Order: sequence, then structure tokens, then C-alpha cells
Amino acid sequence: MTTVSLTVNGKAVSANLDPRTLLVQFLRENLRLTGTHVGCDTSQCGACIVHIDGKAVKACTTLAVSLDGASVTTIEGLAANGTLHPMQEAFREHHGLQCGFCTPGMIMSAVDIVNRRGSVLDEKTIREDLDGNICRCTGYHNIVKAVAAGAQAMGASSAPARQAAE
Amino acid sequence: MSATGIGAAVRRKEDHRFITGQGRYTDDINRPGQAHAYFLRSPHAHATLDKIDTKAAAAMPGVLGIFTGDDLTADKVGGLICGWMIHNKDGSPMRAGPHPALAQGKVRYVGDHVCVIVAETLAQARDAAEAIVVDYGVLPAVVDTASAAGAKTVVHAEAPDNTVFNWHLGNKDATEKAFKAAKHVTKLDIVNNRLVPNPMEPRAAVGDYDDGEGAFTLYTTSQNPHVARLVLSAFIGIAPENKLRVVAPDVGGGFGSKIFIYAEETVCVWAAKKVRRPVKWTSDRTEAFLSDAHGRDHVTHAELATDADGKITALRVHTTANLGAYLSTFSSSVPTYLYAPLLSGQYDIPAVYAEVDAVYTNTAPVDAYRGAGRPEATFVVERLVEVAARELGKDPAKFRMQNYIKKFPHQTPVIMMYDTGNYAASMKKALEIIDYKGIGKRKRDSARNGKLRGIGFSSYIEACGIAPSAAVGSLGAGVGLWESAEVRVNPVGTVEVLTGSHSHGQGHETTFAQLVSGRLGIPIENVSIIHGDTDKVQMGMGTYGSRSGAVGMSAIFKALDKVIAKGKKVAAYVLEADEADIDFADGHFKVKGTDRTLDFGSCALQAYVAHKFNGQDLEPGLKEGAFYDPTNFTFPAGVHICELEIDPETGITRIERWAAVDDFGIVINPMIVEGQVHGGIAQGVGQALLEGARYNADGQLVTASFMDYCMPRADDLPSFDVGMTVTPCPSNPLGIKGCGEAGAIASPPAVINAITDALGHEDIAMPATPQAVWRAAQKSIKRMAAE
Amino acid sequence: MYAFTYHRPATARQAAGLLAKKEDAKILAGGHTLLPTMKQRLASPSALIDLGACADLKGIVRKGRNVVIGAMTTHAEVAESAIVQEAIPGLAWLASHIGDPHVRHRGTIGGSVANNDPAADYPAALLALDATIVTNTRKLGAEEFFTGLYETALEEGEIITRISFPIVSKASYAKFRNPASRYALVGVFVAKRGSDVRVAVTGAGESGVFRWPEAEAALKARFAPKSLDGLKATAKGINGDMHADPEYRAHLIGVMAKEAVARATGK
Repeated sequence: MTTVSLTVNGKAVSANLDPRTLLVQFLRENLRLTGTHVGCDTSQCGACIVHIDGKAVKACTTLAVSLDGASVTTIEGLAANGTLHPMQEAFREHHGLQCGFCTPGMIMSAVDIVNRRGSVLDEKTIREDLDGNICRCTGYHNIVKAVAAGAQAMGASSAPARQAAE
Repeated sequence: MSATGIGAAVRRKEDHRFITGQGRYTDDINRPGQAHAYFLRSPHAHATLDKIDTKAAAAMPGVLGIFTGDDLTADKVGGLICGWMIHNKDGSPMRAGPHPALAQGKVRYVGDHVCVIVAETLAQARDAAEAIVVDYGVLPAVVDTASAAGAKTVVHAEAPDNTVFNWHLGNKDATEKAFKAAKHVTKLDIVNNRLVPNPMEPRAAVGDYDDGEGAFTLYTTSQNPHVARLVLSAFIGIAPENKLRVVAPDVGGGFGSKIFIYAEETVCVWAAKKVRRPVKWTSDRTEAFLSDAHGRDHVTHAELATDADGKITALRVHTTANLGAYLSTFSSSVPTYLYAPLLSGQYDIPAVYAEVDAVYTNTAPVDAYRGAGRPEATFVVERLVEVAARELGKDPAKFRMQNYIKKFPHQTPVIMMYDTGNYAASMKKALEIIDYKGIGKRKRDSARNGKLRGIGFSSYIEACGIAPSAAVGSLGAGVGLWESAEVRVNPVGTVEVLTGSHSHGQGHETTFAQLVSGRLGIPIENVSIIHGDTDKVQMGMGTYGSRSGAVGMSAIFKALDKVIAKGKKVAAYVLEADEADIDFADGHFKVKGTDRTLDFGSCALQAYVAHKFNGQDLEPGLKEGAFYDPTNFTFPAGVHICELEIDPETGITRIERWAAVDDFGIVINPMIVEGQVHGGIAQGVGQALLEGARYNADGQLVTASFMDYCMPRADDLPSFDVGMTVTPCPSNPLGIKGCGEAGAIASPPAVINAITDALGHEDIAMPATPQAVWRAAQKSIKRMAAE
Repeated sequence: MYAFTYHRPATARQAAGLLAKKEDAKILAGGHTLLPTMKQRLASPSALIDLGACADLKGIVRKGRNVVIGAMTTHAEVAESAIVQEAIPGLAWLASHIGDPHVRHRGTIGGSVANNDPAADYPAALLALDATIVTNTRKLGAEEFFTGLYETALEEGEIITRISFPIVSKASYAKFRNPASRYALVGVFVAKRGSDVRVAVTGAGESGVFRWPEAEAALKARFAPKSLDGLKATAKGINGDMHADPEYRAHLIGVMAKEAVARATGK
């Protein structure tokens, strides 16, 4: 067993874990944060995307014990004080989800794209940067629209994009 | 139109929980004391199970139980069923082998269930699985669809030539006559590639047993929990229906693959009683590839006859359909009654004849996948029509319009009575959207850049709703295909609607609420839609075949009629008027010709307090139920046009433009309907360009992960131009036709027709991968140079 | 996954010490190959030595005519590095096209190079740029480092600490992605350093990354896409699978080489 202390959605968390525990298992099983999903075994689908120290990563391909001192943000930590994050709001407004299973990963990826590239995004960039997220329902049409609109809203909101993601 | 009623693009009520990570999927459910199941699966496509030695494994840490097919038999747990009986040409019933939940004596595909290990943790169950010694007597495998019939290796003794049925539909004599008289005959050999549905949420099940009540609960990823309960109770024999609750909570997509009743949920719910602990199983993606029912897999020869005027006179088809190693729940209906009745397409074809042979192979079971039979039919018809137009030197759009059915109702030679439609209107609108007039210039522009541009059409029709029950019963269905609804009005006028239509992405919680809100004149927030739990909803048939709107909402409509009728009675007492003088509109009961009104909420309260009427004359309360059985199938139809560009150097195909014009009848929520079209097109483009399940000669699935099975990603697709035309459906009160499958049905031939147009009429198989397109392009370029 | 013990040393030296002590231990860098393999129970190390806390293995510096990249530097860090973008933009471009954004946030250059996946991108850059692989014990040229499929000259207990890339006058990369996995079906890195030209091909070789001498000769005469007109890689020694047979892959080598030269020359 290995001890790990980290911050999850702004709260300090410590645990004594079997080193095999993947971050996604730690979130889902230990912390009962079930918004982070598992959709594949080959690190491709992106249903498990969370932010570690502000960067999008695959929680299915990260050992929880390797995150001592890190700060993790999951979909549950994106809304602040009951107010939806602009990207969450954009997915709802533009019907960027159907079954909802890939959605948490999509939204976390989308926020990461804005963090990296700023709030003005063209369709081509969005499509290329969603390379690591698979959706089977929407055909991506409305996801692309939602990401563009969410990016714009993030740019317009007073908080800097990166801060909004944390 | 109100802001939340029928026709409004209401934002989805269910979205809040999904965008905040609070969706509740089956794998999110954990029961106290829960144990974990792991299925030991066959690594061989075909083998006898000579011995399963579980002794060492059973003694391993955490192991609670290891069960084999014999344990199921000992408990009188029956096998999985196929719910649709197909009869052979000679009238004899189809030949089906047994389908045990855990293998008995033999395994028949890679991934077949050898035994299950239940342990404290999943890791312990997997450890134990590795300690189980299985003696397999490996047998040769039958894999290939086209050569399975009559192969030396036999999958099931019950079907000695591997043929499940030889079935036919249509008028053979008239068709042969028409072909003899034809001026021109177009011939095609078509493989409809095998697909893996791959909803993003893998299947999962949690079985629970309450010893005190002697009752089971199964949480499962199902599109139709009531059908699951019916099958698990009445056929498999887990428990009587009153002692088995099936809950399908949020479900992360289905596309058909979660209609069926599988081995895993059957075993989990049964094992919960064996180990006296809740038992959970969650599929990983590799297991999903191996054991979810696959889709399509047809090999077809098709011919189209035309006369001297270019009028289509006949169509004939021979199809071999691969049903895999066992008959899945609705497998037999897919290449038969969901396929051949659509072979007339949108065209007035006097004679149609289809022969379908269904075969067993040592591959995963094949069943309904988005569109189910109708994409296969549409591909046959729309490829034939496109090629015929080219062979006859006719414009493919004009050739289609020349042959469209123009008068309704129209009886086809293959069962269907099309009720309404305006196919030319959709075509004209699609041609406008795509700017068909400018295609020549766009082709020349592409050519200047060394690229090949092509345009492809698809005029599809589908039959949705899959009803009336009496009709499907006469065709072999084991169940009726109506839907139920119950409308519970609370004393303050808020409403709960219980429906048998499950929602797993379709947005029922919004669209169904729109109907209720609009009809009762109450705020949409006051309406809750409840589905997916057999303890709450009485009985329902579930969601598939684009039926939830046309059938499920019609049932709600009917129940609302009853609620309003009862409300009028209550209002008559309260307003001291004659019931016949009460009108209901905009949320108010009103006495005709007066200003005396009673709002819906007050009426509900009066119904429950029951002070104003005698309980003997009028029952208190306001709750009504209805069952709705449609009078006909519905017939959504439309035109999709795909324009694409091929880089002959790499073989990469980029879809540049997509016009989709669909007639879904009355649309409840255009935002949701367009979303369904987008998703369907993406799956169809996936079939045409990217996806294909491949087994090698030994029956190993070589595309068993996203590393090898190519899922459509955002940068594989364009944005889509979606338009609509409307002819209301006459066979249900709302005029709805259904929209869930249209995109997946329409799009594959549009893509392939566009590719072959770009390449100069070379045929190309699906998926048209860069390698295949490159090769075809090289041939075309050589041929064009030679010309 | 099978059980293992977990170690998180703070320096490369500590890591090497642990690696020497623990039998069947494996180094964990970004983990994007190792962890999926372990999840499928296809690898069963008794111990994992996570280099994530080794600050001495991170960072990018310019040293004279070289860019030196620490082994634990992520793909995203290489892609976004002002130093790399200025000195060897083709290398930054390659890094920005590895996997997907999430992979680039975790995957490291050292992990990728040590794994030598035949479809990985970095090996082509190392070979074409004639990079030097520095380990805790020695320095190796790229040519001698990559020895076969998933095989390198690394010895037991040896850890890559950094990779040194000579700054060249022109270099770039082009890749044709496997439609499903998004790994390189064919990737070609071209580099011009003085009068020398190197062309390295990944994704296609039966024994991993390799150089294409005919293309190098043609580009030495003139470093332009046109120089490759009519030049075809031989399909011999080229691997085939359901996505691309040897003939198609060999064809794509030529197409990708041209594209890489075009990118390197800004054409």
C-alpha cells in the first residue's frame, strides 16, 4: 500500500492505496465521483478526461499514487458555487450531448483546448483537438458548435480561462 | 406554438445531470456487500469443452463461487431466446440451436462464456480465472458468411448445413417475367460490412437478491427493461415477474445493442442468490467487441430491371445473412422483415423478389444495429439505382425523380402500404442545399488541385414503429409492439408521466414533457418523465426502431385525452355546468360562452379533495393510463447528398458537404431531431469509410479494440446541412414518423455513390479505407489515361 | 493489473539505484504504453519506478549547436517550447502531432524512445537528426540505439536521462496516421545539416525505424520536394496489416517524404 495526498476539486484528500489503483478507480470507487467514466481499455476514448494541475489527462492511464501533491479537477468540480461553467452551459445550449456518457470527458477536454489555444477557435482546430475523445451519439456536429461557443463565453467571462478550469 | 410545446427547440431537461457529472449509469450503482463477476471467455472460435477444472481457482483468496453451464441447468435456468420465428420457403420453422447463458459442452465463438467467477474484488476474480484449467478440443471454425452454408464444419447439430432458414418475400414469377422483358439490367455484388455498435457506455449489470422478500433486482444497461424482465421471467426462469424488478437507469447509448437479453445479466442476477451477495459485472471494451451483438454482415447479389423509358420494372435480390454463433433476441427479424419489405425504396417498382439465407458461423451473434435491415436494404436499392442511372446515361437525381412513387397510399409488392410522402420535395430541397448546379465547377476546381471530387445520392425510406401488433404477430414476432403510458396528475397540478419507452440519449424527458406541457397548458418544469424501472412503470416495449415518438408519445397522447375527459367531469361539478359545455384550452377548463373557468391545477386539487362531487357519481383522483397500438408502420423518408474529395496520392477521402432533407412528419423538438440525424449520419459514414469488424480464418476477432476498429472521430466528419420537409403521418394522432435511424440508413450509399462518382464508376467495398480508395484511384487514373 | 510495489525516487541516481536493487522492476515514465499493457495483464513487473518526481530529468535547454531535452519532458512541453520551435521547428511540429492532447500531456520523450514502438514518431526524428541518447552510464548515437521492434541498445539498469539534438538547417516531419489507432502508419522525418541529408522512416519497417538512402541521395542533390518525383521506396522489408499492405505503405513513404520536405522548406 502506498500513501498519497492530493487535492481533488479543491479539497485535500489522503488515501492509502494499492499502487495498482488507477486515478479513475480512485475517483469513482474511493471518492464516489462517478462523473468520470471508462469507455475503453486502450487510452483512446477520452471518457475519463480530468485535469491534473490544469492539464487534461486520461484518468484511466494514470496511477493515483503518482499524483502526490497534485491538484485534480473532475467534471464535478467544474461548476463554481452552483453556477455552471461556461463550457457546461454551452454543451446544454447547443445540444452537444445525447446519452451523456462521453460528455464529462468532452467538456474537460474542451476547457483544456481553450486553456491551451485561447477563446477564439475555428472548426478545424476544434475537430483536430477532439482527437482524443470519441462520441457515438452526436456525430460531433453540435459538440463542435458547443466548444466554439463555450470558448467564446470563457473569453468573455472576467475570470481568466485557466483559473476558470481549476 | 408555445415556447415549450410541440415544435419548440426546448433545451433538454436531462442535461443538467450529465454536464455536471451526476448521470447515474449502471456502473455507478454499488450495492452494499457487492461482489464482482468475471466471465472466463473462450479463446477459441469453436471447440468442445472437455473439462473445466475449477478446483484450484475456487480455493483462491476472495473467491465466492465459480459457476458453469451445469450449475444453470441444475437450477433449471433456461437458455437465451430468439423472439421472432421465421419460416422457410417450404413453410417449415427455422432451425435454431440452443443458446445457453454459460456454454454447455461446446464453445462457438471467441468470447463465448465458459464459466463465471464471483469474488470479493474484480482483480481476485480475474486471478482465479487464470487458475482455471479448461481442456478444449479445438475444432475448425466457420467464419465466412458466403461459404458457411454447407461447410464441412457444423456450428449447431440442429442446423446441419449451418443454415438457419431459407426465406423469401415478393412475387417470384412476376419478377422473373419483368426481367425477361427488361431493356436493361443492372447487376451488383454487395457486401454489407459487419459492424460493432460500440455505444460509449459498455454493458453492465448488478444483480441483487432480497432473501426476506424472495425477490430479485437487476440493474442493467437496457433499452427495454420490461422486455428483459419478461424474457428473464417467462423464458429463462429466473423468477416470476412479480419477484423480479429490472431497472435500466441512465444508459450511455444503445443503437440496438442494448435491446437484447445477454448471458451476463442473466448470470449476474441468478448468481446473486447463489452467493447471497449483490453481483456486479461491467464489460470492458474488449469484452464489448467480443460479445456485444454485432450488426449487418450481408453478402448480396442484386439486380434491377428497367424498360426503354428508364422506368424501373423489377428488382431481385439474393442475400446471405450471417447471424453468428447463436440467435440473439431479435436476430432473425433483421435480415427478413426489417429488410426485404424496404426493397422497393421510394420507387414505384411493380415486381420485387427477395431470397434470404441466414447462416450460423463461429462469430459473435449478429442482431439489430441502428437501422437494422433497413440500411442494408437502402444500400442495395440506392447503389442499384445510382449505377443504373450511370449505365443509362441519366442524371441520378432525375432518374430517381422519374421513378419515385407519386401517389399515396401506395402498396408495394413487399408487404408495405406507404401511407404518405412527397419524395420529390425532399430531393428538390436537397439539390438546392448542396448547390447541385455548381457541382461541375467544383469538380473542375478539385481536378486543378489534383483531387477527385464526387457527389452521391441516397433516397431512403424506412419503416418505423414496427406495429401494429397483430401484423407483426402474423409475421412471427413473439411479442406485441404497442406502448403504454400512465399520466399521474398530483393534487397541485404537477404531472408524472410513466412510459415504457426508455431514453438513452434520445431526450424523452424533454420531448415527452413538451407534449404534456403543450396539451395540459402547464409549465414544462411541472412535468416529470419516468421510465426504465419495472417497479414504477407497468409494462412497456422499450426503445428501438425509431418508435418512441410515434408509438410511445401516442400512448401518452391517448392517456392525456382521458385525463382531460376526466378533468372536464370534475370541472363540470366545480363550475356547476353541464359536462358537455366544458371546453379545455390553454390550461383552463371553461364553461362555453361564459367567463367561468377552472385552471388545470385547481381542477386536479378538486379531483383529489373530492368535496364538490359525490364519490359514487365520479371517482376521486386524476390518473389515467393508455396502451397504444398503431394502425400501420410509419414511413420516414428523405434524400441525403454527399459531396467529397479524394486525394488520389494517399487515398484519403474528405467529406466536403452533406445535405440531408428528411420527412419525419410532425417534429416535436427540431433541435433533438437534428441531433439524431447528425449522429445517424456519423454512424453511416463510419460504416462507409472507417468501420469493419474482421475475423481471421481461425475466428479470432482482429478488430477487438479501438486500436484496430476505426471509430469516427470529430476530424473524420464535416458539419451537416440538415433540412426538413413535412407530410404528417396519418396513422398516429401526433403525425410523427420517427427519426432515430434515418441518418444511419441514408448515409452509406450516399458516400459510396459519391466515391464511385469521383473515381469514374469503379465499384468499391465498404469500408472504403484510404488503402482501398488509393488502389481504386490508381486503376481509374490508368484507365482514364488509356481512354 | 497484477500487484507491484511503487517507488517514486527524486533523482535519476536514486532511480538507477532502485532499478539495480529490484528484480523485474520497470521504469514508469508517462505510462501511456506500460499502463495499458499492464491493465491487460500482458506485463507483470514486480516494481514500478516512477520517474515523475525526478526534476533532473525534465527541461529543455540549448547548448551550443544542440537542443537538449530531458527524458521526462512531455510531448506537450516539447511542442510548446520556444527553444525547440526556434531551433528545430520540425521537431516541435512532430511533438505536437503525437497521439492526442491528453497523451501529449503525460507521454514523455524518454519513454517513447526507450519503448521504440515501430509506429512511434520520435524514433524517426532521432535517427534523421542524428541525435545522441544520454543515459545514466553512457552516450549512444541514434543509429546504434534503435536495434529492432521494441528493442534498443539500453542495458539492464540503464535509464535515458536526456536526448541531445543537433540544430540543423532544415527539418520536418510528415505522418500518415493509422485511421483507428492514430499512430503513424507511415511517418517520415527529413533533416538537412550542412550538405548532409537524412531521411528516416517510422511506422513502416518490419524491424522498426530505418533510413531511406535513395531519398537522401536525391535530396542531397537538391533539397526540394521535386527531387523525390518518381522515387519509390521498395516494399521489401515493409510491414503489412489490415490497414495498409507493404505496397501501399511503400507508396506512402514517398508521399510523406515529399510532404515533409515541403514543410521543411516552407513550400
